[in-house]
Amino acid sequence: MDIENTVLDILTDLTGNDDLKDTMDLDLFETGILDSMATVQMLLELQGQLDIEVPVSEFERTEWATPNKIIAKVKELQ
Amino acid sequence: MPNLQPYANPTYFLILGAALIPLIIGFLNGKRWHFYETLVSLIFLILIFDGDKIEQGYALIGYVLFEGALIWGYTVYRQKKNSTLLFNLAVVLAIMPLVIVKFVPFLNPGSNSIIGFLGISYLTFKAVGMIMETRDGSIKKFEPWLFLQFMLFFPTISSGPIDRYRRFKKDYLKIPDRDHYIEMLGKAVHNLMLGFVYKFILGYFFGTLLLPRLAHLAMASRGGFLDLSWGVVGYMYVYSLYLFFDFAGYSLFAIGTSYIMGVETPINFNKPFASPNIKEFWNRWHMTLSFWFRDYIYMRLVFFLMKHKVTKNRVLIANLGYLTLFLLMGFWHGLTWYYIAYGLFHAIWIILTDVWLRFKKKHKDQIISNRWTNYLAIFATFNTVCFSFLIFSGFLDKLWFH
Repeated sequence: MDIENTVLDILTDLTGNDDLKDTMDLDLFETGILDSMATVQMLLELQGQLDIEVPVSEFERTEWATPNKIIAKVKELQ
Repeated sequence: MPNLQPYANPTYFLILGAALIPLIIGFLNGKRWHFYETLVSLIFLILIFDGDKIEQGYALIGYVLFEGALIWGYTVYRQKKNSTLLFNLAVVLAIMPLVIVKFVPFLNPGSNSIIGFLGISYLTFKAVGMIMETRDGSIKKFEPWLFLQFMLFFPTISSGPIDRYRRFKKDYLKIPDRDHYIEMLGKAVHNLMLGFVYKFILGYFFGTLLLPRLAHLAMASRGGFLDLSWGVVGYMYVYSLYLFFDFAGYSLFAIGTSYIMGVETPINFNKPFASPNIKEFWNRWHMTLSFWFRDYIYMRLVFFLMKHKVTKNRVLIANLGYLTLFLLMGFWHGLTWYYIAYGLFHAIWIILTDVWLRFKKKHKDQIISNRWTNYLAIFATFNTVCFSFLIFSGFLDKLWFH
């Protein structure tokens, strides 16, 4: 499975929101869809499924705010 | 030299304005004079900590040397090894001065620790943040000069906003281009003017003119159920408004001054009283403090608990995180029953809010959600926040026990 779908699956699982692929530029923090708890779960899933280590210090919210940005970040880190 | 507390009176602003003019000219001509910046910082630090505050000045010097040596030592160690024990030890040592300063008045009422100084609470956040980022490998070497500039950046030294080392360093080392600097100057002027209105007009009106009268009224009407009266209700709202305008006003001064010095210190308040729930409130109230607790305490604790599979119950983990965060925040404010009660109140409130938000998500179709329910939510949040500030104010302590 490619990165895009893996990330979207993780996000859909965490947020219970099935329409994320239609709102790829939606700010997940501003809308309250992702909170700190879900963020940590996301980081752990990324670590488990894609083997990407993101220490909390490196997690800058503005760089991870939308599904598109998250995918871009993950690709960059891989 | 006279002693001048930060942003307290017209003299301070006059000296500040005069001292900053050469910097503005420099920036507008694409130059950054670090030497002059340091000189200005030094003069203002001396103005804050000279005269009868000289003891605090010595305490500040001792504190910065201690934290510097500690972070330096830890950074050198971290290049070779990464034991959790040593990391924990470094954090404990870093907060030790603050812990002592908080415990002395608790154990010995009326006295203050000789190692305390104005701003120690805020500097501790900066130091601990650096240790945590060093552990994560985000800060790789100790730069004594930048460390000093970061810790002793005078516009924010007394009460924040709490900046972060790598963010500060980036600003400090670059020269903003002219257009961007002009934009920053515009924001600075706006912040300073709004700060005047907040702190010296509204803060003064609520805090100096109204609050003592309401306190008097409330104290005079004691005797009823829990000594409550309309005076207490009035005190609650007036204190909340005073707290906001005074602190938001101060923050605007600190941010405006930072901008003029080419440092884009993060904002501290973003219309907090327009929040529809308490989670949102903490994204808008004393933001650099709540984001510090969110990033360095809550997220790290949750990360640790989930990674080590302490429990599979995610709700329990989140709630443990909230309790830890808000109790620590309470203790940080001081060792009194009302600060701790304030922390506990917010922890319980945010836990209940999460219960409600989960319920709402599950029953999306049955729950009405429109403009009016949003206004209702803002109204309810505002009133509950004001009640929590009544606890925070310590007035209940006076009302009940004095």
